[in-house]
Amino acid sequence: MTVAITGEEVVGALDKELKGAVKSVESEGILVQAEKILDIALCVKNNKNLKLDYLVSITGTDYIDYLEVSYLFYSLDNNKRFTLKVRLENKSNPAMPSLTGIWIGAELQEREIYDLLGITFSGHPNMKRIFLWEGFHGHPLRKDFSNGN
Amino acid sequence: MEIRTDSTSLDIDRHEGNLIKELRSSSTKPVTEPSGWLSEDLKRNIFLTTVDNVLNWGRKSSLWTETAFTACCTFEFISLSSSRFDIARFGMEVLRSSPRHADLIITAGTLTWKMAPQIKRVYEQMAEPKWVIAMGACGITGGIFADSYSVVPGYNRILPIDVYIPGCPPRPEALLAGIELLRKKVEKRSFLQG
Amino acid sequence: MAIKTEPILLNLGPIHPSTHGVFRMRALVDGEVITDIEPVFGYLHRGIEKLAEQKSYRQFIPLTDRLDYVASMNNNLAYVTAVEKLAGIEVPERAEYIRVIMSEIQRIISHLLGIGSFFNDMGTFFTPFFYMFIQKEKLTDLLEMVSGQRLLFNYMRFGGVSHDLPDEFLPALNTFLKEMPAEIDKYERLLKENEIVLARSKKVGILSPDMAINSSASGPVLRASGIEWDIRKADPYSIYDRFDFDIPTGTVGDCYDRYRVRVEELRQSIRILEQAVAGIPKGKVLNPVPLRFRPPEGEVYSHIESNKGELGFHVISDGSDKPYRLHIRAPSLLNLTALRKMLTGWKIADAIIIFGSIDICVGEVDR
Ligand code: SF4
Repeated sequence: MTVAITGEEVVGALDKELKGAVKSVESEGILVQAEKILDIALCVKNNKNLKLDYLVSITGTDYIDYLEVSYLFYSLDNNKRFTLKVRLENKSNPAMPSLTGIWIGAELQEREIYDLLGITFSGHPNMKRIFLWEGFHGHPLRKDFSNGN
Repeated sequence: MEIRTDSTSLDIDRHEGNLIKELRSSSTKPVTEPSGWLSEDLKRNIFLTTVDNVLNWGRKSSLWTETAFTACCTFEFISLSSSRFDIARFGMEVLRSSPRHADLIITAGTLTWKMAPQIKRVYEQMAEPKWVIAMGACGITGGIFADSYSVVPGYNRILPIDVYIPGCPPRPEALLAGIELLRKKVEKRSFLQG
Repeated sequence: MAIKTEPILLNLGPIHPSTHGVFRMRALVDGEVITDIEPVFGYLHRGIEKLAEQKSYRQFIPLTDRLDYVASMNNNLAYVTAVEKLAGIEVPERAEYIRVIMSEIQRIISHLLGIGSFFNDMGTFFTPFFYMFIQKEKLTDLLEMVSGQRLLFNYMRFGGVSHDLPDEFLPALNTFLKEMPAEIDKYERLLKENEIVLARSKKVGILSPDMAINSSASGPVLRASGIEWDIRKADPYSIYDRFDFDIPTGTVGDCYDRYRVRVEELRQSIRILEQAVAGIPKGKVLNPVPLRFRPPEGEVYSHIESNKGELGFHVISDGSDKPYRLHIRAPSLLNLTALRKMLTGWKIADAIIIFGSIDICVGEVDR
């Protein structure tokens, strides 16, 4: 079984590094500040006990009041999984750091989130639409998107 | 013997007599009917028909398909073109990746607006005469994806369609029936229509 | 002195015989050698994730069919297990067995097509493909028997599967399982040690283990690079923990290894199928769920080992009868992340083979 690492475990293991960055601790993950995501991702990847070296999936969601990006990681060696979440309150111009420097696996997924939700990832080598064409109006996965149908 | 102006009436009689003799000697056997006049080889190799029939026969027996396959329906087309359903029976086993060689687009799959210019371009590059079969619900109306923000509701927004084949995906047999319909359509073309 | 050449921009696709659907690459080539490449996506972006928010949970099942359309049972399975996990729905024993049988049949179909088209790309134009297609058609017939469709089955339901197996199904499957190993041996005799195959695929397009992990590759691509990671073992879903099978891995991570891993997986799937057919119990196949059922509020990420890799569904529910948000972790898309690294430096003809060895399905890449 791929066991979920609880938020408390991670906070316990990374107490020093995480100081001030954690907004809330949930059963299967932690919610952190967007600006700190790079440092935290590096920590969880390089920490000897956690070894979360495999970025599985990135989901972006529009919660009307804010946008949420959740990252799912595995540790292939320990067979564990862990979720990191980020909330962006600024919906008109959401931006956060890109993880492509650490995992190139983030590249296409971040582009996808940019395309469908309009979140800009700074530091991404190729931040442009991936599925829709240049000039498409709006971001379809926003709840206020209407396609005219 | 020549007939000259100074010929006597006897000369003329003799001349006529010779003609009779010649005819009689060359007419020992009864005359055959006209088809027997040609040699056996010629007889087997000449057909009489109309230009329309010949052109249409050629066209319908070698409809070459362009590989403009976008989505799921493609697999039923591949099934059709491989051993079990064997589209080679209709001279259609040749898949062309160059539009210059193709006569037919089978629109096997969902068309998105991003893809639409490419398909249109391929269609425009094909030489006349050319045909389009809209395969599958997506090809006809956008099918299950008709509500989507990125899907073209049917190929007929961008191409003239000759035959519609419903299904999601249509079975290979349905596709065969559609192709048969198209062959009938090709048969009815007239040279004068261009 | 080296010959001075000028780089040119070469466009491959989206209408191209060896891009396996509508996929496009913009390559910068210097003579024959690719110096840079940019994959272009989206030619089959149908907005499935948005459509999910407009349909009820049950209505979305047929849309999952159209993701990886070569193996739609696997997509069904991944989605229904995600929703079952979210709502805590129990599945009858027999249905679990049927699901495993369907999933493995689809894996065989997908791998047969994947291997066949890999050899197409290598230049053996359609000869191996047709051999493999014969077996694929037999399996398609089996799936048609249970679902009435040949390609997109829409067979699984929350709490089980839509119908029980017809009586003829298991004997027919047994016959197939008896014949198939000999068929695989036949492919192996033709292809495994073939001079051309070896020359063109060994040490071509190597994906190192570190790179494979870093680029989130999964499935046969990850395993060919030597990482033993298979969700059927690592996080057994359905009833995979009851079956005995191995995880084939490669050593080098080249095209040849990816091809070998797929062939070995064919054999492992047959092993699983044999055990499943022997062990399938009698009983009901569906714990019915109301048509417009409302799972509780919450979110769940659930994954299966599909034929292409880790297929995950991240479902977020707000307690209504439609998913609030549904994200699909598509293995085909993520296996392409490393494409740029894998292709750079190779000749155009090799690039086609490397791309073919990844085995993608554009329906899933673009969604
Ligand atoms: S009609 Fe159905 S099978 Fe064909 S492309 Fe559309 S969704 Fe796929």
